[in-house]
Amino acid sequence: MLARRIIPCLDVANGRVVKGVHFESLRDAGDPVAQAARYDAEGADELVFLDIAASHEARDTTLDMVSRVADTIFIPFTVGGGIRTVEDAARVLRAGADKVAVNTAAVRDPDLVRRLADSFGTQCVVAAVDVRRIGEGSAEEPSTRVFVTGGRDRTDLDGLEWMGRLEVLGAGEVLLTSMDRDGTRRGYDLELLAAASHRVRIPVIASGGAGRLEHLAEALNAGAHGVLAASIFHDQGCSLPEARAFLRERGFPVRP
Amino acid sequence: MIVVVDYGVNNLRSVVRALAAGGHAAELTSDPARVRQATRLLVPGVGNFGQAARNLATSGLDDAIRTVAGAGRPVMGICLGLQLFFPSSEEAPGVNGLGLLPGTVRRFRVDLPIPHVGWAEVQLTPDGARHPMLGPLFQGELRHFYHVHSFHPADLPPGVALATADYGGPFPTLVGRNNVVGAQFHPEKSQRAGIDLLARFVAWQP
Repeated sequence: MLARRIIPCLDVANGRVVKGVHFESLRDAGDPVAQAARYDAEGADELVFLDIAASHEARDTTLDMVSRVADTIFIPFTVGGGIRTVEDAARVLRAGADKVAVNTAAVRDPDLVRRLADSFGTQCVVAAVDVRRIGEGSAEEPSTRVFVTGGRDRTDLDGLEWMGRLEVLGAGEVLLTSMDRDGTRRGYDLELLAAASHRVRIPVIASGGAGRLEHLAEALNAGAHGVLAASIFHDQGCSLPEARAFLRERGFPVRP
Repeated sequence: MIVVVDYGVNNLRSVVRALAAGGHAAELTSDPARVRQATRLLVPGVGNFGQAARNLATSGLDDAIRTVAGAGRPVMGICLGLQLFFPSSEEAPGVNGLGLLPGTVRRFRVDLPIPHVGWAEVQLTPDGARHPMLGPLFQGELRHFYHVHSFHPADLPPGVALATADYGGPFPTLVGRNNVVGAQFHPEKSQRAGIDLLARFVAWQP
């Protein structure tokens, strides 16, 4: 049986970890390498590093940071932000990442997902999907719109339909972020998670809204294979060992 | 000298780092002459069996690895590196592996998403529990190791499967015979459990 994954996320801008609310109001949350080392020591199951500034000019700085983080940890490591081509992905993998996450580039060039899967295997390709609810839809089929460029630009894509397409194109997992819940600590969008887990067979990682340990359990119950969380771990409101113990007590298979 | 074989696939530096985390220096090389001199050899790797087997053959690393194994020195394969120890794989019919272990490599035949990706519980077989490298590490308990793969060892003669994991049914995930062992999972991505396994390999006297 596969263990459910608890995945801390480092949102990095200009070499620092940052945290926002609804993708805005960013504030400093520390040094990426030091944070990565702490998460590894505490037993994180994976680590996600998203370069949310992702400017072309800063690419070498980011690669250097990716390589320093990779040298610090002994867990699977996903890197996203600014990956637009197979060559971009190859550079990130050579720097020490195990998987690459794509979002904006996949929307603009869906075939990129297929090319990445052909080049590196589907297990290497994480489709990051940022969505906001729109006023239609049902509890079973929540209507959302996909946002790109760090939440700035709305597209016409429906979240669930887009995830289905990403799976066909060759994504190995979906990192599904509810922008409505991002940074609010009100809990994940459980209806959306349940609908997404029914729509695709690839693992869905829940992101956006974790504020308490109960929220992690709710997301796994809704069908998520793993839970991504930033705020609750960055601010040391709770630790990864506490989260594992909490989930184990509730019967979820997690690593010791 | 502990040598990690570099044959043009990803994920090699992390193996050297995981060995270092256990206190052991290792040399990463693609030079067959250096490989022949190894006192202990690791063959890691992620990728395609056919391509990797061709890389080994054209570089002469295949004979170098066989020499080390044939001399009775400890040899460990990781993921694709392990799969290359078998004579063949379903991934590349007609392409010869190294033939260090009996059996073959087959694709998962389960109604579950492929590849199998994640932290899976690993359970020793009775042969594994008696294995000097593994028994003390597991101490009778299950351990979690990080797996990423679509193919796995299969058709093994008795005694070769040392541990299994479950994905729609049990599959061998630690195998070995005499001085050759292999892990289908990635010890270098499995934190303390993996660092300890690699340290056990370094201490192992087959």
